[in-house]
Amino acid sequence: MLLKIKFSQQRRVHLAQGLWLLSWMAVMWGVIIFCLGVYLKTELLRRAEVMDNTEIHVVPNILMMVGLASIGTNWVASRACQDSLDATRFPRWKVFLLAWFAVAAVLCCLLIAVVVLSYALQGSLEESLKVGLRNGIRFYKDTDVPGRCFQKETIDRLQMEFRCCGNSNFKDWFEVQWVNNRYLDFTSKDVKDRIRSNVDGRYLLDGVPFSCCNPASPRPCLQLQLTDNSAHYNYEYQSEELNLYSRGCRQALTDYFMELMNSTGPGVLSVVLIQLSVCLSLRYLQTAVEGAMALEDPEGDSEGYLLEKGVKETIEDLKANALKMLKFGQVDPNAAEGSSEAADAEKAEKTASPTPAS
Amino acid sequence: MAVLRLRFTKTKRDKLAQVLWILNWISVVTGVILFSLGLFLKVEINKRGELMAERDIQYVPNMLIAVGIIACAINFLGGKICYDCVDTTKFLRWKLIMLPYIICTFFFTFCVLVGALMCYSMHGELEESLNLGLAEAIRFYKDTDTPGRCFLKRTVDMLHIEFQCCGNNGYKDWFQIQWISNRYLDMSKKEVADRLRSNVEGKYLIDGVPFSCCNINSPRPCIQQQITNNSAHFNYEHQTEELNLWMKGCRQALLEYYTHIMQSIGLTVLITWLFELSVLTGVRYLQTSLENVLRQGDLDSESDGWLLENSFMETARTNLNIIKSLGKSNQIDTANNGDPNINVPSTSKAHYGPDNVPPNEIPEAS
Repeated sequence: MLLKIKFSQQRRVHLAQGLWLLSWMAVMWGVIIFCLGVYLKTELLRRAEVMDNTEIHVVPNILMMVGLASIGTNWVASRACQDSLDATRFPRWKVFLLAWFAVAAVLCCLLIAVVVLSYALQGSLEESLKVGLRNGIRFYKDTDVPGRCFQKETIDRLQMEFRCCGNSNFKDWFEVQWVNNRYLDFTSKDVKDRIRSNVDGRYLLDGVPFSCCNPASPRPCLQLQLTDNSAHYNYEYQSEELNLYSRGCRQALTDYFMELMNSTGPGVLSVVLIQLSVCLSLRYLQTAVEGAMALEDPEGDSEGYLLEKGVKETIEDLKANALKMLKFGQVDPNAAEGSSEAADAEKAEKTASPTPAS
Repeated sequence: MAVLRLRFTKTKRDKLAQVLWILNWISVVTGVILFSLGLFLKVEINKRGELMAERDIQYVPNMLIAVGIIACAINFLGGKICYDCVDTTKFLRWKLIMLPYIICTFFFTFCVLVGALMCYSMHGELEESLNLGLAEAIRFYKDTDTPGRCFLKRTVDMLHIEFQCCGNNGYKDWFQIQWISNRYLDMSKKEVADRLRSNVEGKYLIDGVPFSCCNINSPRPCIQQQITNNSAHFNYEHQTEELNLWMKGCRQALLEYYTHIMQSIGLTVLITWLFELSVLTGVRYLQTSLENVLRQGDLDSESDGWLLENSFMETARTNLNIIKSLGKSNQIDTANNGDPNINVPSTSKAHYGPDNVPPNEIPEAS
């Protein structure tokens, strides 16, 4: 027996009561996990326009699923507790509880997987943001193209809210034409020169949209001719730090989501602990009550344990059971041979026996 | 002739006491809500304190906070009293306090009503305060090197972005002040010198606005400089362009925001006032019915409860007389020249010694 503990009737009752409270607490934690999952999913959906793929959504999806499953599982555990002290109702839980332990184990594994995934998917999130933001910046000017007309507003809002500029930094704006041709005066010499000087015929400038401006800057925002020191009085492009937001939006968004997912980490781990303790307590309660029911005096002392035999023996038993179930459909070849031999022997006997009579 | 007389059996009295106990505890919760609403308003006003000139607007949230705390205390006491009223023996403890308690609560409900009405009356003061405050803030926008005002630029920029507004009344307010600090102006340039000279006070005025006035819903990149010059930008007409900058003035935006908050708070306080009034009415009925029961002597019998024992006019007269006589307790009655013996009728009984034999009439001397 693994980890035996002796239980008197009094202790069994206390264990059942404590476990009932613990399982309701676990239900509450399940609700919290579900809400966390919903919140995370909402935040990811809000920024879905600047993300390329939805791989990262697997984290909130699992959280929501596990939250719901743990509510159901722990509610079942509380019902089992309530029936455990009633000798007539408890026996029907026997098979059910085996399934329950399996489900609880799966839930714990999923929760640990979520924590691992939230760290592992950081790279995928960054890639997704990189592509999404690049597209957003490219289509910034297309406010007249259906399907992309809100891209400008999205990017402007994003840059102002997260205090960031461009994909990796503000220089991303220098490589893209972000002023629509509708607002360019093609008769002007300056415009014509710029377009001709570019291979693809794009109007590129060393300027950024207004949403990159940093309100904390002491001087009014400089948006255009950023690399030209002589264009602005008392301005040095290399040392100017406060004029625009220096962080890239990819970095800003990744940090934001990582922080969100990391803050759910402690919650998830505490749910794992609570679920494990519910599991262990329920196992002890089950074995103690079953032991008590088998005694002549149901109110006497019984033993509770985690496993009936040792760990290795239990695993061997489980393996044998599993193989037996797998072999259930097959015909046993040794048994078939043995039976045909026996049939031959019978026949030989039968043919042998009549001859003395004749 | 009692005002609104009702008959109460013993069970009805007990039920009334229990219901009032619960209602008093609900009132404690509403008192807490009032307190937190006052606190919320105070925090919101202080958040934008830099944009408001000195005006007496702090009295509204302070009043709400005070009313909330007093409501909690009064209703806590009321709950205790009603809990004890179920048992008539315990009621004797509170008998003397109940009437003063009811009078105090009655005057307190007036304070709650005044608090609610103040929420609606703050509008004018707030507008004045915002007008002056915003005008100052816009004037000092450029002074990012002056200690005490160096964060004003950031505050105004964040205000524009958050409330989607520009300037005090509109974006043209920015044309009338210099919002670019002299530190960033190249005085050697001809254009700058011309502009400074053309202005009477030597201010560098431009028809441009800060970047925070830009409207994010605009389909074209923001036009901040040379706003009134149609030829400076391609395909641009200053009079018809509406999406380029925020059109609303910040005073109006902030006023709408605060008015919305205060209207919701005012409504909540009015509902609380009605609730308090109904609880007070219940407590008054409970008090009068229990007093009548004690007067009758039989604790299980029916009794009457009322709001006022006599009609409204009589009660008012009696109370006025009481208040008048309170002031006169030490004065001598000057109506009969101070002589207490005048106007005492001769037929009144005089005491003639232990035998009580009246003296013989003295015959008139002939």
